[in-house]
Amino acid sequence: MNDKIYKIILFIATLVIPIICGGILYALVTDAYEAFEYFGFFKFLTSSEWRYTEGAEQYGALPFILGTLLTTFLALLFCIPFSLPVALFVGEYFKDTKIANFLSTVTDLLAGIPSIIYGLWGFYTLRPIIMSLNISPQGSGILTASLVLAIMIVPYAASLSAEFIKMVPNDLKESAYSLGATKYEVIKKIVFPVAGSGIFSSYVLAIGRALGETMTVTMLIGNTNNIPNSITSTGNSMASIIANQFGEADDLKLSSLIAIGLILFIITAIINMIGKIMIKHARIS
Amino acid sequence: MKKIFLKIMTLVFAFSVVSCGDNSKNDGNKAQELSGAGATFPLPFYNVIFEQFAEVNGDAVAYGGIGSGGGVRNLRDKIVDFAGSDAFLSEKEMSEMDSVIHIPTCMGAVVVAYNLDGVDDLKLSGEIIADIFAGKIKKWNDPLLVALNPNITLPNENIIPVFRSDGSGTTFVFTDYLTKVSPMWASEYGSGKSINFPSGQAAKGNPGVASVISQTKNSIGYIGSEYAFAQKIPFASIKNAKGEFVLPSVASISAAASGDIPNDTRTSITNADADGAYPISTFTWMIVYKEQNYSDRTKERAIATLNLLKYIISDKAQSITSKVHYAPLPDKVKELSINNLKIVTFNGVTILQ
Repeated sequence: MNDKIYKIILFIATLVIPIICGGILYALVTDAYEAFEYFGFFKFLTSSEWRYTEGAEQYGALPFILGTLLTTFLALLFCIPFSLPVALFVGEYFKDTKIANFLSTVTDLLAGIPSIIYGLWGFYTLRPIIMSLNISPQGSGILTASLVLAIMIVPYAASLSAEFIKMVPNDLKESAYSLGATKYEVIKKIVFPVAGSGIFSSYVLAIGRALGETMTVTMLIGNTNNIPNSITSTGNSMASIIANQFGEADDLKLSSLIAIGLILFIITAIINMIGKIMIKHARIS
Repeated sequence: MKKIFLKIMTLVFAFSVVSCGDNSKNDGNKAQELSGAGATFPLPFYNVIFEQFAEVNGDAVAYGGIGSGGGVRNLRDKIVDFAGSDAFLSEKEMSEMDSVIHIPTCMGAVVVAYNLDGVDDLKLSGEIIADIFAGKIKKWNDPLLVALNPNITLPNENIIPVFRSDGSGTTFVFTDYLTKVSPMWASEYGSGKSINFPSGQAAKGNPGVASVISQTKNSIGYIGSEYAFAQKIPFASIKNAKGEFVLPSVASISAAASGDIPNDTRTSITNADADGAYPISTFTWMIVYKEQNYSDRTKERAIATLNLLKYIISDKAQSITSKVHYAPLPDKVKELSINNLKIVTFNGVTILQ
């Protein structure tokens, strides 16, 4: 009898999360419907106009989708040279040593820093450096935002990759060593092929984090609602336009912002799903 | 198992019903708790005033700085006692809701701040500001700028315009001014809380714009005076309708309202044709319904709302404006507002005598 009650309570408690998730999706779809109906779903995705003029309002998500994808992709690119060495250091070279523990703790610490602090650092430290190097006159832009995003996602990519590198069976590595392989050869020929899909999935999850980042991007991207013509020019991201414009938005504009939110939701969900599937693969092999 | 589930659900349901029933009306003569929402621009002033009002009248005021648009939306949904707004309602907005009155509460301005090495007395005119923000004047040593500032050596550098990334009454006032003084601006961009500026970069809020300007050489941007006056940031003197170059100050902002003001106070005072007027000045308003009996409000609540409005336009409250970097309302505007308050009714009966 008692067991049954627990079971019911457990069942109800577990049910809450999927219900909330479904509720969010439902609210997004119903509120975004007006924008999709007015502009047409496909046209909304591909239009680069973002005009507020009353009576001739025109909202399209393309500049923000591109801004988000561009910052995320660049962040991923910049993050690899930092996160992969950390993962190898912690997971292979200095596995289970004090210094590896220290390093992984510090990396994990990066994950706990609130994004506004990254934003401030980017604004007051990185932006002046970009300006003084004459990379761009105003300092803000896609590049600046991507650099800071890269540092933000290092811990996500590094610690998960390190776990997968650690999981590579010892007998495989030892047999390679016994054949006279160097450490570099072991990493290249054994560790990467075995842990490869795991490492890949850890980067996919890191992308998921970069996609939705709002505060840091808003502070550094320059917030101009057009398609960036180079990586040093200013732009805007999906999360950032929502955060910026939500306060004073109503009617069609509000619906358009929510539609952008829905698109972001879908993109993030797809990317996370890919990551989850890859992890499953990695565990089986 | 089903029975237990039913029992639990009944219990939950019963609880929710009981807790709802507790919400009996008990307004009586007790101190009222007024609620308002809207513009963030006058928030520092309102915070001081509401605190004083609570001390004097005993009625507390809760004000949410959610932006003018949000405030008006809340008033339209009839969930607040008043809305704060930096822009008066358009005829179209007025027609979509029950009749309302506008009460100006204080004045502010938009200053044009800049970051130029060794320059702290830049002069600008409306047309030039419009050309800069439209990306038509690209260099600081443009002949038009040099002609206006013969005593300053302007650098041969690109101008970086900085504007607001979030929708804002500050942007509205600024672009409202540009629309009045520049036909080019009026036809290409117009006025609004969000505008697609073609060049430069954007930042969130007055603090965001101010810190981008102070961090970025050769930049120029617009900031609410209430924020700019509290900062050490140089701002330009601007040519007004009378041809004078005027720096924003408490006196020059108040002077902008010394001209003709319509009875309902719904007017834009940018580019005001008055001596010594700073041209990018504005009122900020509180908006209330003319008929105060809505959403089950009591008469006491309606009276408290009017008391609050009366208090804000009183000399005592207005004397605080300049201490928190706003400008006081001219006497004529106060008189108009008192007259407007007298037409507010509860169940069709006027409240103030």
